[in-house]
This record gives sequence, C-alpha cells and structure tokens, in this order.
Amino acid sequence: MSNVTLHVNGATHAMDIDPSTRLLYVLRNDLGLRGPRFGCGLGQCGACTVIIGGVATRSCVTRASRVSGEITTLEGLAKNGTLDPVQQAWIDEQVPQCGFCQNGQIMTAKALLDRNPNPTDVEIREGMARALCRCMTYYRVQAAIKRVVRGAQSSETASATGMVE
Amino acid sequence: MTIFTRVPEAIEDVLGKLNPATSRRKFLKTSGALVVSFSATAITGTDSLVSAAGGAQVALDEAASLYPDPDFRQLDTWVAIHADNTATFYVGKTDCGQGTGTAFRQMMCDELDIAYDRTSLVMGRTDVTPDQGGSGGSDAIQRDGWPMRRVAAEARRVLLELASERLGVAVEQLVVSDAVIALKADPSRTLTYAELVSAGRFNVTLTGRNVNEISGVADVKPVEQLRIVGQSPQRYDIPPKVDGSLTWAVDVALPGMVHARNVRPPVVGATLGGIDEASVQDLPGFVRVVSKGNYVAVVCEREEQAIDAAGRLQVDWDKPPAAPFPTSDELYAYMRGATPTSSDDADVLGNPEAALAGAAQVIEAEYDVPFQGHTAFGPAHALADPSDGQMTIYSNDMKSYGMRNGIAEFLGMPRDRVRVIWMEGSQAYGRTAADDAGFEAAFLAKEIGRPVRMQWMRDEETAWDTKGPAFTLSLRGGLDAQGRLVALEYDAQSADYNHVGYNEVETVLISQLIGTRLATPNRGRAATPSDMYAIPNRRTTAQVVRLPLIWETPLRTGNLRDPNGPQVTFGSESFIDELASAANVDPVKFRMSLLAGSSNDDSGFRRARSVAVVRAAADAYGWEPRRSPKPRGPGTVLTGRGIAYSFRGQTIVAEIAEVEVNRETGHVWVKRLVCAHDCGLVINPEGLRRTIECGMLHSLSRALHEEVQFDSEKVTSVDWLSHPSLRHIDTPAEIDVVLVNGDPDPDRSDLPPYGAGEAVCKPMIAAVANAIYDATGVRLRRVPFRDDRVLAALEAAGV
Repeated sequence: MSNVTLHVNGATHAMDIDPSTRLLYVLRNDLGLRGPRFGCGLGQCGACTVIIGGVATRSCVTRASRVSGEITTLEGLAKNGTLDPVQQAWIDEQVPQCGFCQNGQIMTAKALLDRNPNPTDVEIREGMARALCRCMTYYRVQAAIKRVVRGAQSSETASATGMVE
Repeated sequence: MTIFTRVPEAIEDVLGKLNPATSRRKFLKTSGALVVSFSATAITGTDSLVSAAGGAQVALDEAASLYPDPDFRQLDTWVAIHADNTATFYVGKTDCGQGTGTAFRQMMCDELDIAYDRTSLVMGRTDVTPDQGGSGGSDAIQRDGWPMRRVAAEARRVLLELASERLGVAVEQLVVSDAVIALKADPSRTLTYAELVSAGRFNVTLTGRNVNEISGVADVKPVEQLRIVGQSPQRYDIPPKVDGSLTWAVDVALPGMVHARNVRPPVVGATLGGIDEASVQDLPGFVRVVSKGNYVAVVCEREEQAIDAAGRLQVDWDKPPAAPFPTSDELYAYMRGATPTSSDDADVLGNPEAALAGAAQVIEAEYDVPFQGHTAFGPAHALADPSDGQMTIYSNDMKSYGMRNGIAEFLGMPRDRVRVIWMEGSQAYGRTAADDAGFEAAFLAKEIGRPVRMQWMRDEETAWDTKGPAFTLSLRGGLDAQGRLVALEYDAQSADYNHVGYNEVETVLISQLIGTRLATPNRGRAATPSDMYAIPNRRTTAQVVRLPLIWETPLRTGNLRDPNGPQVTFGSESFIDELASAANVDPVKFRMSLLAGSSNDDSGFRRARSVAVVRAAADAYGWEPRRSPKPRGPGTVLTGRGIAYSFRGQTIVAEIAEVEVNRETGHVWVKRLVCAHDCGLVINPEGLRRTIECGMLHSLSRALHEEVQFDSEKVTSVDWLSHPSLRHIDTPAEIDVVLVNGDPDPDRSDLPPYGAGEAVCKPMIAAVANAIYDATGVRLRRVPFRDDRVLAALEAAGV
C-alpha cells in the first residue's frame, strides 16, 4: 500500500507515510538522501532546498503529498559522472567553509542560472538573498556563480593541478 | 561472557556499508594483520567515515578495554604506511571548515616526504586518533601542528634507517622522493616506504611529557626545505560536500534508531510541575517521554513524529518568583549599575590621573555590545548508540575528546566504554550547543536502550545556544596641546558570570536542568584591548557582572570565536578613532604615531609587524590621509572609510571598511573590505584567504545585524527573522586580503606559524563604526548598526 509517490533524481518511489510529512524528512529518512538538510524547518535558511520543476523549493515546509513534479536533489545534479558546472565552480573557487549550508547555495544558484544564464551582479545578490550561510561564504559563492557564467561563455577549463588558482 | 568484547554490529554496519572491503577494525580482529591496503576512495580522504575505518592502534585485546586511549607516544598511532605505498595520518584535531585538515596533511607530507595526494587523514575519533583536544583557540597550526610535523619527520628518519640497513649503506648515501628511497650513487636501486614497513609496525616509542611535546629523534625541516607547505592544494573535503556524497554527523542512521526532541521551559527559570503524557501517548510512533528535574524530551520512531509530539506535549511549568534577567533594552543600564562579581587587578602604566588632569583635551565615550549567539546554521544534534554496554556518540562537536570524558562521567560509565566519533557538521565556532546535544543524546540512549538521534529545532538553537557575553565599555583619553595621546583609561563590564566550559559535566544544559550546580560558579572573564600602542599613562580595568539568574538560563555564556575580542576591540578601536578626530589627525597616521612611539618589541616582533600590517592595509586600500569625518556631501548616499587594528597572540590584523550609508533609510552597506594579516608562516595561502574573508564577514554580521533580544521571561530571538544574520545582499562588492608575513628584519629566521583565524574577527566592528563616522560624522556606540538605529542616530544629529 502506498499513498505518496515521489519522482526523485530520475527514480520513482511509492511510499506509505503520513501524507502531511514534510518532504525533507522523506528525502532524508526514507530515501537516504544527504544533500537537503534541516536548518530551520521554517523555509528561512535554504539548507533543505531541492529543485522541483525548475524551481528552488524549501523541502522543510513542503508536504510530500503535494509534490507531483520531478524532484532534483544535490545528488542528482551530476550527469553521467560529471559534476554540474555549478558544482565544479564551487570546487574551483573553493567556496565552502564548513559546507553545511552549501546544498542551499548550490541548488539556489543552479535554479537561478537555469532561469537566467547571465545574471548581473545585482541579480545574483538578490536571487541568492534567501540562501543563508553562517560561515559567511557569500563572497566566494558569488564569485563561483560568476565563474559559471564566464565558463558558459568561454568554455573556461577547470584546474587540473589540484591547486587553487 | 562479557558484553564488552565485541564492537557493536551497528557501528560496523555504518562503517562497512561505506567501504566494506576496508573496515580495518573488523579486519584486524579476524586476521591479526596490522596494515591493510586502503581503497582508492579512502586514499582521497574524502569521507570521514571511510577514512576513519582505519587505525592501526585499535586494541587487539578488546576484552581488556573496548576503547583504550590511543597511545600518543607510539609512532604507529600517528602514521600508517599502507601496502600500496600510501599513508594515513591520525591527528587529534577537528576541522571546523577552515581547511585545517588539508593544512595538517601538507605539513605532515612535507616532513614525511610523500606527495599530498598519496595521503589521507583521520581526525577527532577518540578511539582511533591521539587526544590533541580537538579544535579551539585558533591553535591548530600554531600549537598542534608541531607534534604532527615532528612525528612525520620521525617516521621519515626511521624509514631511512631501515633502508640504510637493507641496502647496507649509510643514511647519507640515500635520497628520498615521494615515499621512495633511492641510492644516491645508483638511483635504480630503490625501496618504497611500503616495502620497508611491510613486516609490521614502526614500533617506535616517542618521547615527551604530553602530546604537545611529543617528539622523536628527527628534527623538522627548516622552512626553506618545505615544498608542500606554502602551496594551496585544494581542500580534500570540498568535493564530497559539493556532490552530496559526504556522510555528515546528521546523516548517520542506525538500525532501531529513534528520534528525540527537547521540550524547554517556556519561561526561563520555571520549574516542572507535571507532564500529561496522555497528550501524546496515542500519537503514531510515540516511544517515550523522558524527564528528570526540569529536563524534558519526547522520543518517537520517526523524526516528524518527534517534532509533532514535542509540540503537543502538555507540560505544567511553575513560573519563577523573580525575573531571570532584565530585558535586552534595559541590559546596559543594569550592567553599569551591577556590583562586579570579580575584577582583574588594574593594569596601570605611569600616572593616568595626573596626565588626564594636565591634558589639553579629555575625551570620554561609552560603548555597548549585546549578547550575540553562535546560532549554528544547522541546529545542535548528535546520535548516541548504547548497544552492548558501550556508548558511541556521533557528533560534530569540535572537542570530541572532552565530550567523551564528559559523557562518561555524566553517565557514570568507564571512559573506555565511551567513544565520540567526530564527523563533519554545521560549525559555529566555539562552545556551541553541540556539546549539549551530545550529552542529551547519550542520556536518552542510556534511558531507552536504543540509538537516539537528538536534534535541536531552530527556535531552541537561537534562543538556548550559548552566547558571547554582552559588554559595556567606558573609555577616557587625554590629548596634549599637540594632539598626542598622553593618557588612556579603559574599563569594561562583561556579563560573563558562570561562563560554561566545554563539555563540562556541571554546566552542560541538561545537567543544569536536572539540577546539578557547581559549588563555585565559573568566574567568567572581561577582556582588555590587544594593541601595541605606546601610551605613556594607561589604566586598564575589567570586571565581570552577573545577571539575576545564572543557572538554567539561555543567556549562559560560552566561548564564541575570539571570545570577547570583537566586543573589546569595538570599544578600544572606535575610541582611538574618536581621539584621532579630536586631535584632527588622519586615523591611520594617528595609529602609526602610537605604534612608532616606542622601539621596545617582543620576541615575535609584534610592534614592528603591527606597523607593517597597518601600513599594508592602508597601501592596499589606497588610503589618502585626511582627518575624519570627511565633509558631508548633499546626496542620499554618504560614503566613508574606517580602519581598525588588533592582534591575537602573535597574529596581527588591520582591517579597512568602506561604507555607503543611506541617510533616508539608515541602511549601511559595507561596499569594500581590506584586510592585512600576518600570522607568520602560511601553510595554505588560498585556504587562509578564504578563512580571513569569512571571519571578517562573520564579524560584519555581528556589526550590522546580530543581537540576542529578550523580555523579562525569555529570549525572543528565535529564528532568522527575529535574529537576522548577514545575507548575500549585504556582501561587499570587493574584498582584498593581503598576507603580509612582513618581515621587518630580513636577517632573522622566518616566523613560525601563528593561529590565523580568530584574529580577523576582532577589528571589524570598529572598522565599520569608524567608516560610518567618516561618512556621516555620527558616532555609533551601540552594536549592531541596524537600519532603524542608524537612522535614529542620523536624525538626532541632523544628518
């Protein structure tokens, strides 16, 4: 018996759970995903962000039973073993400190860039405004987003040396 | 039969699931072999659990002691060479996100002579890594890097001796390159490190009274021979944090695990009257309500069930007879009127009274800094597994060793039945509620007999996490007729009484709520400025004051990233700016005169390096000398710049902020930041730059946004709306970091590495206040500089 069906990272899961359960807990505790994390449970910080139908969505305030579209989590960004350019830019720019919030930063940036591949500085700052970070990696997050934009324009290649450039 | 003789299967399930082939603990028990090869995944060191599955020092005779202390006097405790000629390092530290793990590997690789990417690192596992105390005090490189370097150097020395015996030549005839030893005379004759230790362990005993002194015979390399130190390899922990593959402390799930949520008193200091368990016992998944004293928690099978049940549980609380604290608006008046609980002896130089009496101009000012929280982005959490009479706690607490000792004492268990496995988590820099959650999880796990995952909610984290203490600061300075600073008096009150220690059994929150009390509450501390200014007459005093309630209070104080430094330096460096303005002198020039007013220096050349750092910041900014404030323009947006300087230990920092102040809204945007920073030898420059950037922005958040607010019954800062933090839209457009490592004396040997991180948190609040003054002519003396406060100050001054 199942009462909730979710499409996550290309797979379909039918589950028997309380339909009011927030999507975050289903993704983490029933499907074993680690990208989305609990930060506030109030939709304020972005730690739990997933992309549903192209929209960065706060899974901590989303009822699992209300979701019908394809859900992409951090784990689902890489394609055929290749990181998404956003993820690669995060490595090249060495963005994270502790990294706990970076799911929210990356997923918010991914949705922003898919919607607007060439954002202005102001559009980046405003588009990312609700993704919080307590290590305060904002400056490097913005640099990484600009790196993605530049890379898309110039096919800039990533560092192969393992050294920060 | 003893129940202590085997490792709980659940733990092996966790470790083995990630890397079934290389769960070395299990392998050791079945084969007795000491060193096994690691998989490629393990070598990248990308997963703390995978890497942590190693550890040659795991006791083979577990009947005697399940989790004995790893022996820091054994070289094998620190370094393992594997059959594929890779190495794993084991260190007793944790990485709070500054990339210290990468830096440890760099230092140890250099001493061992092995390529960085052939190594992995295990940190902070009390049963596997030697106790170096975990993290704290920015001392990872400065203090704890030394034993790491020495043991790696010793391993290299031993390997060379082994090669010398095998090849029948003197050590001087050998050369080492990337874990391969060759004959100088015949480079085709080689031995790998793995070939040299294939028969077993190093079996080398080190010397030293404690872990900080531990050493072998070998010397560490001089700085000029270091090849990997000083480069910027990418942090090994970032890829798995970016692709979602890392197992964080929040991710560990064990069979039979249940979920717990705390129920805190709604009014601070309230006493538990009664619990109506019927209000939750029919809810789906309900397991138990656990209470002791004023501590209450609800446990359920599923996470969302625990959250729901904790919200529905009916609890009667009896309000306390007296208010626990003044309101946040009344706080500073209360602190100034309070009788100090303790005072440090006044530090007096010269005769400040006489100098002030004779001064041409006397300036006075008072500054206020609120309680500010750690406010971890991921609220406190831990998982405790009580299986088989032992206790394993999975935690992101930066001091895993202290947590192990504290929980063993708290539960009345032998230390060698308790271990803490440090895993990555949300960091908050200091004594955070991660300590409290670890104790709570262990307590509940022991009560229930099942693995318990404790997770604090957002309101709980923001309200009940330990706080950096509030400060009131009073300064008085005298200028002579030439505008020289002839006397300075500094006096501080800190609301730091009964400051909680790290993993302290008597002060961890659950103990307080149960009713445990220290016979003598911790004294607390009120700090004094850190500068090298030559001021002929100076009086410095500081005292601690207490709030009415000191137990079971959310205004409990604990170390927060350079505890007290940002508060103190806000007052002291704002006041130096006020004096410069009164003296009609450029703020950089005024500071330079004070620094150059003496030629006395210490062994670390702190004065000379302070001069170099302030100059480097001014040069990088393009600082044009003029007095502050600058003439006000007519537009809506006023701009200005401000500088502040300080040091922490031997690390010197000067920061410059450039601000835009909107005179119609009061909004402050720090458009540009410059930091000049000298922490001596730099291990990983790019890692350091990022740590500096983020540390500055953390203090910028404290300058602009952060204030714990409370009424006379409870903390009212409970989420990111009621307790705002810096956001993307606040981020400066430009940040310039200058790694000075300026050596004013080219003839002396290079400086050792000093603690780099926390120092950068000190000057920022003052730099912003000084910039706002430069832009507007209005001096802000109360933190934070929120829009409404700035606007009120501008309006009051007619700006």
